[in-house]
Amino acid sequence: MFSDFDFDVIQRSLPYLFKEGMTFTLTITFTAMSAGIVFGTLLALMRLSPFRPLATVAGAYVNLIRSLPLVLVIFWFYFLVPWIGQWITGAERPVLVGPYLSSFITFTLFEAAFYCEIMRAGIQSIPRNQVAAGYALGLTYGQTMRTVVLPQAFRNMLPILLTQTIVLFQDTSLVYVLSISDFLGAAAKVAQRDGRLVEMYLFVAVVYFIMSYGASYYVKRLQTRLAVPR
Amino acid sequence: MAMIEIRHVSKWYGEFQVLSDCSTEVNQGDVVVVCGPSGSGKSTLIKCVNGLEPFQQGEVIVDNISVGDPKTRLPALRARIGMVFQNFELFPHMTVLDNLNLAQIKVLGRDLAAAQERSRALLKRVGLEAQAPKHPGQLSGGQQQRVAIARALAMDPIAMLFDEPTSALDPEMINEVLEVMVALANEGMTMMVVTHEMGFARQVADRVIFMDEGRIVEDATRDEFFGSPRSERAQQFLSKILRH
Amino acid sequence: MHYHWNWGIFFEMSPEGTGTYLETFVWGFGWTVATSLSAWIMALVLGCIVGVLRTTSSPWVVRIANGYVELFRNIPLIVQMFLWYFVLPELVPVGIGDWLKQLPDAAFYNAVIALGFFTSARVAEQVRAGIQSIPRGQRAAATALGLTGLQTYRYVLVPMALRIIVPPLTSEFMNVVKNSAVGLTIGLVELTGRARAMQEFSFQVFEAFTAATLAYVLITISIVLLMRWLERRVAIPGFIARAGAAH
Repeated sequence: MFSDFDFDVIQRSLPYLFKEGMTFTLTITFTAMSAGIVFGTLLALMRLSPFRPLATVAGAYVNLIRSLPLVLVIFWFYFLVPWIGQWITGAERPVLVGPYLSSFITFTLFEAAFYCEIMRAGIQSIPRNQVAAGYALGLTYGQTMRTVVLPQAFRNMLPILLTQTIVLFQDTSLVYVLSISDFLGAAAKVAQRDGRLVEMYLFVAVVYFIMSYGASYYVKRLQTRLAVPR
Repeated sequence: MAMIEIRHVSKWYGEFQVLSDCSTEVNQGDVVVVCGPSGSGKSTLIKCVNGLEPFQQGEVIVDNISVGDPKTRLPALRARIGMVFQNFELFPHMTVLDNLNLAQIKVLGRDLAAAQERSRALLKRVGLEAQAPKHPGQLSGGQQQRVAIARALAMDPIAMLFDEPTSALDPEMINEVLEVMVALANEGMTMMVVTHEMGFARQVADRVIFMDEGRIVEDATRDEFFGSPRSERAQQFLSKILRH
Repeated sequence: MHYHWNWGIFFEMSPEGTGTYLETFVWGFGWTVATSLSAWIMALVLGCIVGVLRTTSSPWVVRIANGYVELFRNIPLIVQMFLWYFVLPELVPVGIGDWLKQLPDAAFYNAVIALGFFTSARVAEQVRAGIQSIPRGQRAAATALGLTGLQTYRYVLVPMALRIIVPPLTSEFMNVVKNSAVGLTIGLVELTGRARAMQEFSFQVFEAFTAATLAYVLITISIVLLMRWLERRVAIPGFIARAGAAH
């Protein structure tokens, strides 16, 4: 069954697959991770805010995003962002954004909802007296959060944040629906051009597996290392 | 006649030896109390009797059946040996009655009506007939342990093993459990009991075994043991225990 | 330029010739529900089996079951769908391959299988964690009563574990529904696919996506209510998780 397996097509397309495809995949993964954690933390602080409207808005956003399929959200933002751009800039017509920029915005805002829930759990796991101790030292809310609560929450949640990032890494392959040349998209283009679906998709699966498995192995080791000293 | 024979049993966890050359026996109808400081291997020893803990050397024979023999059908043997645990280990998702019925039906093959009848009789015997439809979580610790004893008795065991049956109980509940155990001993049940309740040992034990660091240090009749323990370790242990 | 809202679009005929846009949405909703439920049942059954195998005492069985979980967890779902849909028919003998390709509703079967395996790995992880959170004495007690290993799992460990993991299973159930949308990449005409098609034919983007969004929110709320009811239904009177107690 592997008699006419064409390894050559893989080898020939390696530069394209990695230089273009994997570069995009990793760029969007790390961008959405960094920006998503920042926005997610802000959302978490909003959800925990004693000011009710803020908590309600943040909660509604997070719950809505979390009940929608990522594919639908990708489409939503793809068509919505140009109109928002027009509204912000006051332009005559919807601003041309294109699938690439749109996908960066989508993944950042989508993942923010998931990072938010992780950070919220992390903040809630910090004993309330830590906050009280911060206030007692004369720190403001912002200072207490920045210097006392968030660093601890972030440290406690680091393995879960990283695990979510591995999920994000795999999820970025869904930009396929916008015909973007991420790692999967690039492979799909080669596969269809050369009629080599079997080779290309198996290769894609192997690469994703090795990278995700390797990363989760590293996270597991980090988790045991973080768990010991308290 | 020896119901339980333990011959030269040794057991290791990796490098660490938990049992060293332990030998003793329990005759039919006898009550043997096993005591010793924590980590002395007493719980491990009693779990070797029904094969819950495997051992590397020696032999355990219950009613002429070798526990360590790979050919022995352990589930069938275990069904004939009752065991009561420190933390009761009732199945929390089942009612009290179903806890008693389960193994009668699934292991002994009794029909539901016969199992129910036996279960209700035993619950009545431990004074908990009214609790039959409740779940274990709704009972006090003492009540749970009495249910656990009834559950073991429902299998009509030839011998009963007790692994620190009162250690997890609040002090005011210890007696209700001990009373059930004393009644059982007086009826002639063969019992091996790991416990620190020396009052219980004085009242019903035929023999007392003292263990330390995986060894059986003393194996004496009740009167010998409480009269004049031969080893210094046992004397120290007794003086600590009996002061309370 | 302003967006022209036209909610009446749902009562216009779709150019696909299968009725109004509203009707195509109802069909899409049906496929989403059918795909999700089928995959969910498959995931529960496989997940329970693999989760149980991971808690057995045989190192080889545990290793194989762990491998299963890692395999289906570390490859993106869309890639797994492509493997089942495009690659598998090429790897099996030609006769079977041709039969697979000509199956009616092939996209549906492939989506169910891909989603079922993918989700089963996550369910298996929950089942394993659930079983391992049960105090070890429970297994010892069942064993001491003479129950076999299989009976111990069947009557004691699995019923308890499933009760413990109802909350995480709720979010996996929601994930199945959401992930069923990936099926559109192999031609499954589910809800998101319907919204996308309507956008292409009618250019009424936001009506289409709003309708799909409302449908997903409706499904999410139904699942939350259903699982809450289930949680109350299977709750054990007087049982509080004994985490950390005793021993």
